[in-house]
Amino acid sequence: MTAVLEVAGLKTHFFTHAGVVKAVDGVDFTVNKGEVMGLVGESGSGKSITGFSILGLIDQPGRIVEGSIRFNGDEIANAPEETLKSIRGNRISMIFQDPMMTLNPVLRIDSQMMEAIFAHEKVSKKVAWERSRHALGLVGIPSPEERLKAYPHQLSGGMRQRVSIAIAFLNKPDLIIADEPTTALDVTIQAQIIHEAQKLTRQTGTAMIWITHDLAVVAGLADRISVMYAGRIVEQGLTDDVIDRPLHPYTVGLLGSVPTANKRGERLFQIEGMTPNMLALPEGCAFAPRCRSASAACKAPPPITHIANRDIRCFNPQAQAAAE
Amino acid sequence: MSVFVIRRLMQALLVVFLMSVIVFFGVNIVGDPVYMLVSPDADQADIEAAIRRLGLDRPIWDQYLLFLKGAAQGNLGDSFIFGEPALKLILHHMPATLELAFSALMLAIVIGIPLGLFSGLYPDNPISKGIMAGSILGFSLPTFWVGLMLILLFAVELGWLPSTGRGDTATIFGIETSLATWDGLRHIFLPALNLALLKISLAIRLTRAGVREAMSQDYVKYARAKGISTKRIIFVHVMKNIMIPVVTVMGLEFGSLIGFSVVTETIFAWPGMGKLLIDAILQLDRPVVVAYLMIMVLFFVVINLVVDILYSILDPRVRLQDQGA
Ligand SMILES: Nc1ncnc2c1ncn2[C@@H]1O[C@H](COP(=O)(O)OP(=O)(O)OP(=O)(O)O)[C@@H](O)[C@H]1O
Ligand code: SF4
Ligand SMILES: [Mg+2]
Repeated sequence: MTAVLEVAGLKTHFFTHAGVVKAVDGVDFTVNKGEVMGLVGESGSGKSITGFSILGLIDQPGRIVEGSIRFNGDEIANAPEETLKSIRGNRISMIFQDPMMTLNPVLRIDSQMMEAIFAHEKVSKKVAWERSRHALGLVGIPSPEERLKAYPHQLSGGMRQRVSIAIAFLNKPDLIIADEPTTALDVTIQAQIIHEAQKLTRQTGTAMIWITHDLAVVAGLADRISVMYAGRIVEQGLTDDVIDRPLHPYTVGLLGSVPTANKRGERLFQIEGMTPNMLALPEGCAFAPRCRSASAACKAPPPITHIANRDIRCFNPQAQAAAE
Repeated sequence: MSVFVIRRLMQALLVVFLMSVIVFFGVNIVGDPVYMLVSPDADQADIEAAIRRLGLDRPIWDQYLLFLKGAAQGNLGDSFIFGEPALKLILHHMPATLELAFSALMLAIVIGIPLGLFSGLYPDNPISKGIMAGSILGFSLPTFWVGLMLILLFAVELGWLPSTGRGDTATIFGIETSLATWDGLRHIFLPALNLALLKISLAIRLTRAGVREAMSQDYVKYARAKGISTKRIIFVHVMKNIMIPVVTVMGLEFGSLIGFSVVTETIFAWPGMGKLLIDAILQLDRPVVVAYLMIMVLFFVVINLVVDILYSILDPRVRLQDQGA
């Protein structure tokens, strides 16, 4: 398998007045061609910042302080703006959480689609329009000619997100970063959108990073899952392994908080304690204050270890803990 | 849309009526115009004759009804001083004021929006800080003082531009205007700039605030993630969004430009309605004052209506709601 994206030792920090926020603090992962990777974690764990770092879209006071991002073999971390611009929306595109906020309210769908083509290719208006229409058809939008003339507010939430997906696929990218693309939608629409996205990645061989805080969403979608906590990936492995036999106490907690059919009626498990204060993380394992398995060893930062076909950061992995 | 327009027209009519009451009674409280009109050595009979001639012997509500009756037929009374219809006098002076206010509005837009855009995009740049300091001055310096300084500098010291009057006019599109001749343009520049100063500051602040807010919106980040050029993001994505509030506010300011032109016209001896008003007030020429104020009320009402309609054209979200209604 050829790697589309290789991220190694990525650190993106924000230098705020209150202190340094280590939003991404040593992240490694690889996404192969045509593969879907689920990036899962609580709010504030650094998922979006990881995505924006890949596209070089980190604004002041933040910056990538360390690490490498290789895209199709080329280093793009802190690459010149022109290089990044030619990659964004072309080789790597992004889908955001709320299409109501991301589609420009005063521009018609056609101009927001066609500009994404014109930004990377010299084609005629007619060709760009035709490609936009075709893309809308691909994501299951009925009568695309009319939708092209619409403004974002004239479409439903699900329809808008389909438009965003169509835009993401317009230039046949190698990688799509989907940042919680279904969080703002209700469950049935969510399922349709996931189905649509999955179908398209299969057809086009596009790799995808699907960011979410909901393990249930990626369980059926992703080939591999990376679980993120406080700026680090704490567990990474094949989806089935991670879902069926989670090793990291945090993953176990996340899984416990997912409602499933056979847990109906039971009280949903909540991970105890507060989400970490990113300005005052503990010296050792960042999860220690909330961890039931914490031991004296956890006062030091846990290194990445490779066990049971997984990369994890934990001194006391939860062998089979979730099976009970 | 038509329901909306009709409702707005009804409201407008009510506003105009209420203002006519306030204006008419307000003006009639101030001073006694008769003593301004008759010669100092006139005897009691002369004075009484003058009072009767002006209709001031009737009870005030009677005068008001008479005024209202005339107003409904487009007659706002005759000037005490000139004996001509007040409305005719005002309409005669109106083009000069309109072209001054229009020029000031254009200057405010042409100067204010680019400066606001720059300082919004580069808030930490020293030039931006200079622009913002300038806009504070524009807000806080009194118009008449700046007017005098402009005259002192450009007319007296440098001698580049004339400081009084309207200059040559020419007719384009059936409108007589000094914007059509070089001499006219030279004459209008200083007063227009003086009048525009406040609005330039306003345009700078509005644009800057709009740009800063828009730049932090998700749609800008999304456009960047699509690889769109910075130029297109600024001039299409951002500008299209902020032009809506900026145009609305600037349009609404047109009325206040006409109002403020009273000061500027007086300083630059610009022969518009503002100067006419000041002269009328000094001479207690009540019908002219009342007519001027009524015309101003009409102006504001019409401007509000036009801006509302423009707004609905500019903003697709408003447009859709109206189709639904
Ligand atoms: N501009 C910024 N300045 C300072 N800190 C920031 C900035 N942007 C993000 N952060 C911090 O970086 C951390 C990671 O943020 P990020 O948006 O990646 O979280 P996330 O995992 O995507 O969460 P969510 O599920 O809420 O989207 C957060 O703690 C956040 O406070
Ligand atoms: S390293 Fe220790 S504190 Fe951290 S998750 Fe593992 S057991 Fe818990
Ligand atoms: Mg996020």
